[in-house]
Amino acid sequence: MEGTERMFERMVREHQHRVFALGLALTGNRHDAEEVAQDTFLRAYRALVTYPPDRIRELKQKAWLHRIALNVVRNRVRGVRPRLVELNGSEPDHALGPEAGTLLKAEMDALAVRVAGLPPRYREAVVLRHVQELSYEEAADALGQPVGTVKSNVHRGLQLLRGDNDDNADD
Amino acid sequence: MTTLMTDLKRLGEMKAPAGFADRLLAHVGMADSYAPFDTVLGTVYVAWNRQGVSGAARSASAAEFEEWFRKDVGRQLVAADAPPDLAAKIEDELEGRRRLRFDLRGLTPFEQAVLRKTREIPRGEARPYGWVAREIGHPAAVRAVGTALANNPIPYFIPCHRVVRTDGQIGNYGGGGPEAKRAILSMEGVRVAHLQELARAGFRYQGVKTTKIFCFPTCHTGRHALEKNVVWLRDEASARAAGFRPCKVCRPAAVA
Repeated sequence: MEGTERMFERMVREHQHRVFALGLALTGNRHDAEEVAQDTFLRAYRALVTYPPDRIRELKQKAWLHRIALNVVRNRVRGVRPRLVELNGSEPDHALGPEAGTLLKAEMDALAVRVAGLPPRYREAVVLRHVQELSYEEAADALGQPVGTVKSNVHRGLQLLRGDNDDNADD
Repeated sequence: MTTLMTDLKRLGEMKAPAGFADRLLAHVGMADSYAPFDTVLGTVYVAWNRQGVSGAARSASAAEFEEWFRKDVGRQLVAADAPPDLAAKIEDELEGRRRLRFDLRGLTPFEQAVLRKTREIPRGEARPYGWVAREIGHPAAVRAVGTALANNPIPYFIPCHRVVRTDGQIGNYGGGGPEAKRAILSMEGVRVAHLQELARAGFRYQGVKTTKIFCFPTCHTGRHALEKNVVWLRDEASARAAGFRPCKVCRPAAVA
């Protein structure tokens, strides 16, 4: 039990930014991204404490967290909002300097809004492949889809992001 | 094309808000949160987690409190906004209405038993160390009770200040020394000087002639006895010999 807690703490510290960025790209705003990240880790924790030690050892943390986060976001979209637990108020983000950071942050927030506006299947594929930089195989694994499907969804998603709407094959 | 790819990659490098991991760990109970509270005792720093209140101290600063908690309780600590009802609960608790839950994990079963028993002592009253020892089934472990109380991680709320020596000395107090102990007892309505006077004279119990019951001097059941009906008693044997039986509320002796 003690071992699980230490392992969970390492997992949170190692993957917190990755999961937050995933949430940001999928939801399009920082508040929802923080909720997604919070809920993802809470679900992971609840699962971990029920797992036997060998299952925990064999866990591919990155892929596992991605799958949980995707489910968290999908459930929100379906209207099954996770119960928001107020984690005692968020502190302002001082990770980036006030000047240089603000511009990049605004740019990234705008991009996140565009990505989040994609239809879900393209959004998920693009985010896993190009925001999270998973391989096609890893993304296919996380999505539970064939590699070919992921490739074509990434392709179409990028087209839509570039404003290239001529090819209407999918819609 | 390349710009879009680069931008997407940079989006993936966005960082979670500062303190995210600590707040999350606090939420699953792996770290505790704390905040300062203004109370009748002045500023009290209180730590809590999902199990309940886990620590309290009148530290001079947040840094001092954090250092004490990490060393004494041995968990991580995160400054936080208090849950909305905590301040009211703390106020109630210090006024004698029990509303808090406590997290005593990390203490030995003996220490937990001592602290739980101590919590039963009503506001405005005091009990000897030996009483706690006897009540938890370890009548000989009086010193160990003293040690457990000295290491009480949640003073004021688990009222270790209500446990006193029978010889009239006020006894040590981890929550700020003997002076603080005396001050808090007085604030709660205990006539400390009177209690010490009795103890020094060798009187440990108050007997009431009309009821033939003997109590600890601070027991609330004996408080309204008329002065002419009160007798002061030195020990259980002489009390029983004089025809008194122990009070069932404050239990000054094992009720046979």
